[in-house]
Amino acid sequence: METIVFVVGALVCLVGAAGVIGFRNPVHSALSLVGTLFGIAILFIALDAEFLAAVQIIVYAGAIVVMFLFVIMLLGVDQEDDIRLDPLKGQRTAAIVAGVLLFAGLAAIVVLGAVTGEHAANAEVQPLVPNVEQLARSLFTDYLFAFEITSVLLVIAVVGAVSLARHRKEAFIDELPHDELPPVVAPDVELEAVSSDEVAS
Amino acid sequence: MIPVLANTVLADDPLLSGHIDFGVLAIVLVKAGITLGITLLATMLMIWFERKVISDLQNRIGPNRAGPFGILQTLADGLKVLLKEDLIPDQSDKWVFRLAPILTMVPAFIVFGLIPLGGDFRDGNAGVVHIFGHDTTLQLADPGAGVLVILAMSSIAVYGVMLAGWSSGSKYPLLGSVRASAQMVSYEAALGLAVLAVVLTAGTLSVNGIVASQSTWGWNLWVTGLIPFVIFCLAATAELNRPPFDLVEAEQELVGSFQTEYSGFRFAIFYLAEFLNAITMAAIIVTLFLGGPNGPTPDVGPGWAWGFVWFFIKIVAILYVFVWTRASVPRVRYDQLMDLGWKLLIPAGLGWLLLLVALRVADAEGWGFAGMLATIAVGVTLALACGSVLVLANRIGRRNRQLEGVID
Repeated sequence: METIVFVVGALVCLVGAAGVIGFRNPVHSALSLVGTLFGIAILFIALDAEFLAAVQIIVYAGAIVVMFLFVIMLLGVDQEDDIRLDPLKGQRTAAIVAGVLLFAGLAAIVVLGAVTGEHAANAEVQPLVPNVEQLARSLFTDYLFAFEITSVLLVIAVVGAVSLARHRKEAFIDELPHDELPPVVAPDVELEAVSSDEVAS
Repeated sequence: MIPVLANTVLADDPLLSGHIDFGVLAIVLVKAGITLGITLLATMLMIWFERKVISDLQNRIGPNRAGPFGILQTLADGLKVLLKEDLIPDQSDKWVFRLAPILTMVPAFIVFGLIPLGGDFRDGNAGVVHIFGHDTTLQLADPGAGVLVILAMSSIAVYGVMLAGWSSGSKYPLLGSVRASAQMVSYEAALGLAVLAVVLTAGTLSVNGIVASQSTWGWNLWVTGLIPFVIFCLAATAELNRPPFDLVEAEQELVGSFQTEYSGFRFAIFYLAEFLNAITMAAIIVTLFLGGPNGPTPDVGPGWAWGFVWFFIKIVAILYVFVWTRASVPRVRYDQLMDLGWKLLIPAGLGWLLLLVALRVADAEGWGFAGMLATIAVGVTLALACGSVLVLANRIGRRNRQLEGVID
């Protein structure tokens, strides 16, 4: 039973992930990403972490990917980008190196590690205590400081994004000639993603 | 694996806590079938109900040809639309165009599966009924993170409208879907804050637990103090894109919005989904705030059947209010919609939640009646102070934008 659920969940994840990098159309990629996120939610449920599963869908599928799609639609980047252009010099080499290292690390764990079937010592399984209660107890007691610091970080990110995105302009945006239009700043994306993340969590 | 799952994920359903045999499986399948049937039938009747009520409110007769009182009108329309040509525009994204209508239906069905439709919740009896030698609830599934699953589905629901508009490959649908996604994402926060107040008072995320905690007269409508209910109803109307928040379908501005390019049966699916979503949202409101199937139970017939009756009456009342609102309130402007969501509903929801938390702390610490009053006084003073700062900040922001010439 557990194996079947795992295989289905993992397949959904992998097919989605392949779709994200495989599709040429950014909207199709974003939709595949939703598939991957649902696969991960299935795996969370199989691990008895139904709170994480629900939050995974609310935050990632429901807020962040919606924001991706929103930006894609608003900016109309449904034309294919020229794949030969490399906007960041050396990013491809870096990505290949990082990917190979990550894969080597995972492979090493699979090859060298042994599956004992024991539960992790620092993540105790308490089947009779509801998920949310366990999480809340550790978040608001042992890890309260980290939790609060994270929320402060999110607020700083939101305020920073707003102040970066706001620029005083003298004329209406549609009165400017086309080549003088203010550039669309990337922090807009960050702002939406972070703020919806914070709201949902 | 199974017992662990049964204990936590499927928290309260006694059906799945024991040994799972074919009887249990059959009951689950029958429940799924019944839920699907009820949902489809209810959607059909809802379309008739809305058309009939709104024609009453507008001094018309409304559908009166097919069947008694025109009750079969939806069926006739459905047959007609089935025979229509199914067009897929040349400029459209074929796959996403086909996918979008389905995506508007599925979340509503899933949410309906989480709602207890009947059952007797008196005396700590969590709506459990005894059929064919098994105990079960009159609810398809009750996951431990129940309310969160409802919120997750309502956040997924935006995909249908959004993708329909984008994939049509035409201007007005795209504008409509951009509006829709901005609106639905904005109001989700207010929706979540109102739900949070309910979760706080019930002390559980399980839908069954929330209904049980309201038995028989402890409805969250007054237990959470009315404000979360009002916020939830407003946010729900906006989430449903129903009037007065139907900017997504503002036909004077956007032609038919996201469904402009749809025809035939695909259009019918959008049409059905609109009403299905209204029913599901009404069911959520009834479950979270109006006690679900709770109500006075006379000693006639089985107790769980009265649960069905009360649930039905409440849901019809809420749906009537939806239709009534549609008939009486004109559509708001887009900036008014956003101002209402971000500057009023979210701060009010947050403030009220903090007040409820303070009261709970006062209760838990045993400060007594005087302490409660003091907490309320301090809380209200703080809320007023924060509210004034917010109003002031809004004024300053508005003046700045006027100085920059962004607005008049």
